[in-house]
Amino acid sequence: MSAAEHEAITSSEYIKHHLTNLTYGQLPDGTWGFAHNGAEAAQMGFWAINVDTMGWSLFLGLVFFLIFRSVAKKVTSDAPTGLQNVVEAAVEFVDSNVKSMFPYKNTMIAPLALTILVWVFFMNAMDLIAIDLLPEIAKLVGVSLGADPHAVFFKVVPSTDPNITLGMAFVVFILILWFSITQKGLLGFLKELTLHPFSSSNPIVQTLFIPVNLVLELPGLIAKPVSLGLRLFGNLYAGEIIFILIAIMIGANLVLGFFGISLQIIWALFHILIIALQAFIFMVLTIVYMSMAYQTEEQH
Amino acid sequence: MNLNATLIGQMVAFVIFIYLTYRFVWPPIVAAMAERTKRIADGLQAADKAEKDLELAKQKVVEQLTSAKKEAAAIIDQANKRAIEIVEEAKEKARVEADRVKAAAQAEIDQATSRAREELRAKVVTLALAGAEKILESSIDQNAHNELVNKLAAQL
Repeated sequence: MSAAEHEAITSSEYIKHHLTNLTYGQLPDGTWGFAHNGAEAAQMGFWAINVDTMGWSLFLGLVFFLIFRSVAKKVTSDAPTGLQNVVEAAVEFVDSNVKSMFPYKNTMIAPLALTILVWVFFMNAMDLIAIDLLPEIAKLVGVSLGADPHAVFFKVVPSTDPNITLGMAFVVFILILWFSITQKGLLGFLKELTLHPFSSSNPIVQTLFIPVNLVLELPGLIAKPVSLGLRLFGNLYAGEIIFILIAIMIGANLVLGFFGISLQIIWALFHILIIALQAFIFMVLTIVYMSMAYQTEEQH
Repeated sequence: MNLNATLIGQMVAFVIFIYLTYRFVWPPIVAAMAERTKRIADGLQAADKAEKDLELAKQKVVEQLTSAKKEAAAIIDQANKRAIEIVEEAKEKARVEADRVKAAAQAEIDQATSRAREELRAKVVTLALAGAEKILESSIDQNAHNELVNKLAAQL
């Protein structure tokens, strides 16, 4: 929508601008500050932080927590009203999912699943806010603070940042390892990795099988968090790019503009499904992974 | 799009939010929902019980009503019977009284008849005697013919 206003920037610049994070880290000259372009952000290495996605992620996490906490504080067992209905529907939904997929006793899984569902949903839902609205506001604020208007990057959908999605996935991975080891013991967990799928009663053959099994099992284990994080990232990133492309079309001319606006609406409507679905998938897979971590060998 | 410390930031934030949810959000809401479930179940049970009680009470009412009706019918029956008895008694008494009065009247009539007959006979004897005296002109001895005259009178 702003593409028309900024005819100075090309479409590719517009896209690139939308896909670059506002990164804070060490600049090439040794001082700390915001990167002025994507290349500079890449040069910052690992010890830099995406202020925009991290900030929105924390903000949305706080929104989730404060909403649910405000309900939890004055929750009644009388007829629920207003917000409590919504919160209870979410809790009920998560609870029934956890109960059906995780038959073991662990009071942490359900809160974990609720956090994922609502937080990821909120993060995804940022996609539905008009694509240029928040970045333009950020640009105004940035310029008034004395920054170069082309250097004010602002990505508002945290789940289009792989750092955010992989960060959550790695926590899930750590929990998988933790529950595997606490439930089966370190030895039991290693046995699961090394004695499957090929096993033999002959100890020598079994020893030979160990590396083969490890090669087969380890990628499966590592693929869990990676696929979990990248699935969410990929879906939302793709959706975001389509929003950006349609926005370029709106800037082209009047006919394409109207076509683009209707496309934007259609895509947004369709995207509502993806937003909810990806949050749900992330939650369900987490529950399933936790359940698998609890499953002992005999139950395979 | 570069992996950087945001990853660690998000991991820390995620763990903190999981903990906060685990500690401050999940338990009170789930507890309240469980309590409501229990209350609803109790309420339904109470309603069930009340319904059963109502059914029982209705049954009792019907039973009492039937027994009361039966009693009332019995009382009316008895009263009717007693009324018929009283009427019968009265009729009987009336008939006896009537019989008695009739008998007394009959007796009086009989008495009057026989008295009249006696008187008539005596008058006829006297009349016959006077007639015969006139006919025979005292030729007949009263004493000698008394028996004959008496016989004549008796035949009247």
